[in-house]
Amino acid sequence: MSETTIAAISTAYGEAGIGIVRMSGPDALGVLRKVFVPNGSGLKQTGENGLDGANATVDQLQNSVDSAEDAGTWVPQPRHMYYGRIVDPKDGSVVDECLAVYMPGPQSYTGEDVAEVQCHGSVISYKKILALMLENGAQPAEPGEFTKRAFLNGRMDLAQAEAVIDLIKARSARSFDCAVGQLEGMLSQKIRAVRAELLDLLTELAVNMDYPDEDIEELTYGRLGNRISLINDELIKLKESSAEGRILREGLLAAIVGKPNVGKSSLMNVLLREDRSIVTDVPGTTRDTIEEQISLRGITIRFVDTAGIRSSADKVESIGIERSKDAFNRAELLLLVLDSSEGISAEDLELMEMAKDRPAIVILNKDDLPAADVVIAADGVVRRAADGSLEDEVRRILPGARIVKLSAKTGEGLLQLENSIEEYVTGGRVRREEDVLVTNVRHIALIDKAIEELSWAGRMTGAAEARDFIEVNVRAAFDALGEITGETASGEVIEEVFRRFCLGK
Amino acid sequence: MEKYTLGKYDVVVIGAGHAGCEAALACARMGKETLLLSINLEAVANMFCNPAVGGTGKGHLVREIDALGGEMGLNIDKTFIQSRMLNVSKGPAVHSLRAQADKRRYHEEMKKVLESQEHLLLKQGEAVDIDLAEDGSVRGVLLRTGAYYECRAAVIATGTFLGGKIFIGESVVESGPNGLAPSTILAEALKNKGFRMRRFKTGTPARCLASSLDFSKMQVQEGDPHPVPFSFMNDNIDKEQAKCWLTYTNEETHRIIRANFGRSALFGGQIEGVGPRYCPSIESKLDRFPDKERHQLFVEPEGLSTQEMYLQGMSTSLPEDVQQEFYKTIPGLGNIRLMRAAYAIEYDCIDPMDLKLSLEHKQHPGFFCAGQFNGSSGYEEAAAQGLIAGINAALYLDGREPFVLDRSEAYIGVLIDDLVTKGTNEPYRMMTSRAEYRLVLRQDNADLRLTEKGRAVGLVSDERWERFLADRKAMEEEVQRLEISTVSPSEVNPLIESLGGTPVDNRISLSELLRRPEITYDALAAVDPERPQLSYHVRTKVEVGLKYRGYIEKQLAQIEKFKKLEGQTIPEDIDYMSMEGLRNEAREKLSDIRPVSVGQASRISGVSPADINVLLVQLERRRRKQS
Repeated sequence: MSETTIAAISTAYGEAGIGIVRMSGPDALGVLRKVFVPNGSGLKQTGENGLDGANATVDQLQNSVDSAEDAGTWVPQPRHMYYGRIVDPKDGSVVDECLAVYMPGPQSYTGEDVAEVQCHGSVISYKKILALMLENGAQPAEPGEFTKRAFLNGRMDLAQAEAVIDLIKARSARSFDCAVGQLEGMLSQKIRAVRAELLDLLTELAVNMDYPDEDIEELTYGRLGNRISLINDELIKLKESSAEGRILREGLLAAIVGKPNVGKSSLMNVLLREDRSIVTDVPGTTRDTIEEQISLRGITIRFVDTAGIRSSADKVESIGIERSKDAFNRAELLLLVLDSSEGISAEDLELMEMAKDRPAIVILNKDDLPAADVVIAADGVVRRAADGSLEDEVRRILPGARIVKLSAKTGEGLLQLENSIEEYVTGGRVRREEDVLVTNVRHIALIDKAIEELSWAGRMTGAAEARDFIEVNVRAAFDALGEITGETASGEVIEEVFRRFCLGK
Repeated sequence: MEKYTLGKYDVVVIGAGHAGCEAALACARMGKETLLLSINLEAVANMFCNPAVGGTGKGHLVREIDALGGEMGLNIDKTFIQSRMLNVSKGPAVHSLRAQADKRRYHEEMKKVLESQEHLLLKQGEAVDIDLAEDGSVRGVLLRTGAYYECRAAVIATGTFLGGKIFIGESVVESGPNGLAPSTILAEALKNKGFRMRRFKTGTPARCLASSLDFSKMQVQEGDPHPVPFSFMNDNIDKEQAKCWLTYTNEETHRIIRANFGRSALFGGQIEGVGPRYCPSIESKLDRFPDKERHQLFVEPEGLSTQEMYLQGMSTSLPEDVQQEFYKTIPGLGNIRLMRAAYAIEYDCIDPMDLKLSLEHKQHPGFFCAGQFNGSSGYEEAAAQGLIAGINAALYLDGREPFVLDRSEAYIGVLIDDLVTKGTNEPYRMMTSRAEYRLVLRQDNADLRLTEKGRAVGLVSDERWERFLADRKAMEEEVQRLEISTVSPSEVNPLIESLGGTPVDNRISLSELLRRPEITYDALAAVDPERPQLSYHVRTKVEVGLKYRGYIEKQLAQIEKFKKLEGQTIPEDIDYMSMEGLRNEAREKLSDIRPVSVGQASRISGVSPADINVLLVQLERRRRKQS
C-alpha cells in the first residue's frame, strides 16, 4: 500500500461532456474534503443548471443538496455521488460545480482509498481542480501509476501485468517527448537558469560546510538571505508570468477588432448570452471600448470590443482610436472579425497587416449570408480572393491565424470559436493525451514546491538558524526544479564544488 | 619455489593500514582466528600522508567506527597532539572533530593493541596470491616466501602498495609509500585472475626540518582549550597541545612553479592514474585556478619526538630542485631544508561496483575488500570499510546474514552505498554534503545510532555496552527533566535579555528555552541550579536532540519513506536481461550491479523512474506466480 496520495486527470484530453479528476492513496478523502464543498453547506445553490445530465445519472443528488454538512467534517457515504462545488480553500473562490464520489479501499480501482471528482468537460476546469488537489496534499501521478498501484494491490490479475508494463513504457516515453517539447520553451530555459543559481548557492553552502579550513569567503546570513530571496522572487515571477499560470489566474485578454458594422457587438452578445455565469460586467471608461468578462469552459476571458482603429483626422474620434489601439496592443488574443458577405475591404487588409505575428483568430462573420469572395483594395480596385475563397485569402495574409466561419445571428460556428479559444489557451495544439496536461500541472506543482522550500529557507536565514539546516530546504527546491528539467542528480553539487573552488586539505 | 603450508586461519587480512587493522581486530574480537599480514611491520597503521584524523565527514566516520566497537577513535584519543572541533559556527550536523596525530605514536599504540588482541597474529609477509577454489571462493593465501596459509575468508586492504609507483619530477620508481616495498606480484596475480583493475593516483607534500623554519612569519593555529574526545569511551582528555602554522604562497612562488610545469610528472604525461580533485597538487591548483593570488599552506608537526613538519596543501610531482626553490619564496620558509620530497603515487584498485554492500566480491565468496583498494581515499574512509569488511568476513564464516548499514543509518552506509552502487572515477572522499540524511547522521549521536547494532554482531565489549546504556539513560532522564522543569519570567528574562533574545511573558519549560537559537545548554545553567553532572557526550546529545527536534523529526519522516524502498528486496536470481519492459541501458546496469533492493536500484545511474515501475510490477508478478 502506498503512502502517498496521487492525483491525475483521468479522462482523455480534449472536449467532452464531463471530465474526471481522480485521487488514490491514504489521504484521498482528506484532500477531497479540503477542496470539495457539498451543496447545502453554506454556499448558495445556483439552481438546476449545475451539471448537464447530472440529475438523470445520480440518484443521491437530491439528498446531498438537502444535507447541510460543513466542508472538512463532511463524511460521505462510500460509493455515493455528491453534488457540490470545488472551492479553493485559500480564498473561498468557486472553481467549478461538480459531482464527487469517495470509494474507500480495498473496493476501488487501485485497491486504495479513491476519490473522484466529475466536472465540466473543459481542460481548464480539470486543470484547476487538479492544481487545487496538489496544493492541498496530493502529488501528481506518474505515468501509469494508478494502474501500477491497482496491480501491486492485487486488483488486477496476473495476465494483466504485461498490459501494465506496456502502459508504463508507452506513457513514460510519451510524457518524456512532451517534457522535452516543453523544455524547448522559455519556461524551461528560465527554470534552468534559476536552477543554475541554486546550484551555485548549494555549492557555496557545501564548500562552507565541508571545507571550513580553506581560504574561502564565508557565506554570511546576509548574503545567503539576499541570494535566497532573489532566486525565490525569480521563481515567483516565473510562475506568474508563465502564460498558463497567468491565464488561469487572471484570465485571457482578448480584443474583438474589426471595422464598423462587421458584427463585433453581436458577436460579443452571442458570446455573453451563451455563457450564463457572467462574473462581472464592467463597462469601459468610454463608449469606445467595452470590457466584458466571461467564463468560457472555465477560462476567464476579458473581451474588449474596440470601436475602430483606423487613422482619423477627427480629434474627438482619435481619442477613441487611441484607446482602441491600446486595447489592440495589450490583447493576448485578437478576434479579428470580417464580414464575409462583403469580402475583404482595404480597412480589413490594414487590420490584418497589424495582426501579423500576433495570436489571432479571424472570424468570418455573417456566414448565414452568401459570401463575397472579393478583395477591395484602398484605391477601390476589386479582385477575386485567392483561389476564390476568403479563407484562403486570409490564410495567405495571416498564415498563423485560426479561421472560424460563424454567424453571430444564428449562433452557427460558435462552438468552433470556443474550441479555438480554448486551444489557444491550452497550448495551441490539441493532443488527445492527458500526459500533456499532467506534465504541465506537474511543472506548476513543482515550481510551487520550490517556492515554498525557498520561503522556508528565507525565514530560517532571517532567524539565523544553522546553515546546514537551511541547505536542506535549498536542496529540496533545487531537486524540485530538477524534476521538471529531468536533471536531478546528487553528484552535481560535489562536481561544482571541485570545479569552482581550489581545495587542498 | 617450494610451496609449504604454514598454518590455518579463519581469516587472513592482507595489509595492516587503517583498513586492515580495523578488519583484523573486528574478526579477532568476533572470535575468528585471524592473521594480519603486512609487507613491513613499520607500515602498521602508518599515516603516509597528513598527520591528522577526522575533519568534515571523516570525523563522523571515526565516531561511527567507535560506536560499533572499532579502534580508530580510541587510538587517536591516545595519540593526538592537537584537537579542534571544526564548523562550530554552523549547525550540529556538520560539527566535525579533527585532531593532529603523533604519527609514530599512532602507529605504536595501534601495534600494541594488535599485539595484545586474542585470536590475532600480526605478521610481516608479502602476500603474492589468493588461492581461489573452483567456485571462486577463497581457500588460502600464498606468501612470497612460499608459505601458504589456509583460510576461508580474506580481507584485502593493500592501500597504495598494490602496483605502487612513485613519481618525483622525472624520476619514476616502483615503490610502495614512503620508499617501502611495493606489492607487484599480487597486483599481477589479481589481474590474471580476471579482477577488473584500475589505476588511481594520489600525492603527498614534502616534509621539512622544523628548525629551518621561521614561525614568527606565520599565523599560529592553536587547538581547542578543552579538546573533545573522538571515542564515546572517553570524557575528559585535556592535555598540552602542539601548535600548527599557516602561511601563504605568492606571485613569485607561482611564477617558479609555472616556469617548471614541463618538469612535473603530472603534466609530463608519465602519470596515467586518476587523482582526487579535492586534494590537488599545487601545480594543478595553479593550472585550474590561475586567478587565485595565493594558496594557503598549513605547517603541521608530524609528532612530538621529531622535527619533521608536514606541508599541508603543497603536494606536488615537481622535481626536488623546483620544490626547494618555490618553497623558499613563502614567508617563514626562506631557509627551508627538505627532509622528504613530495611525491605522487599511482596504485592499483578495483572497480567497487564489483562488490556487494557487505564489501564481499560478487564473484568470490569470502573475498572481502576495503580502503584504497576499493577506490576510496583517506584513513577514516579506509578504517570504516575495514571494520565492515572484517565484521562481514566473520559473519560469513558463521553463515550469518551480512551486516549492512544503509544511507539513513550512518555515513559508513553512505560511503559504501556510493562506492558499490554508483562507483567512483577518482579516489572517493567523504563529505557531509554526500549524506542526504545529515541532520540525523550527526557525530554526537553515532552511539545511539550504532552501538546496539555493534553489540548485536558481537563487536561491542561489555564495558562499552554498559557505558552506552548508562549514557542513554542519563540522556533520556535529562531530556525529561528539562521538559517538566519550568522557570518564571522574572527568573529567566535577565538571562534571555543578556543574550539578546525576546523576553517571555509566562512560565516556560527549560526545553522550550533551549529551542531558542540564542540559548545553549551551558548558558541555561544560570537558571537551572538542579542540573545533574553529565559527561560531554551526554550533554551534547541532550542539547542537539532538543534544540533541533523539529528538523530532526521532519528528516525521520523522510527516512521512513526511504526505508520502504530499501526494504523491497530483489531476489538474487532475478534475470534482468529477459525482463520485459526495461530499457536496454537499465537492463545492462541492473545485471551488472545486481542491486539488493528496489531502493538501491533506483540510485543506479541509467535506471529511470519508469524502469523502477516496471521492476516493481515484474517483482509482484514473480511473487504471485510463485505463491
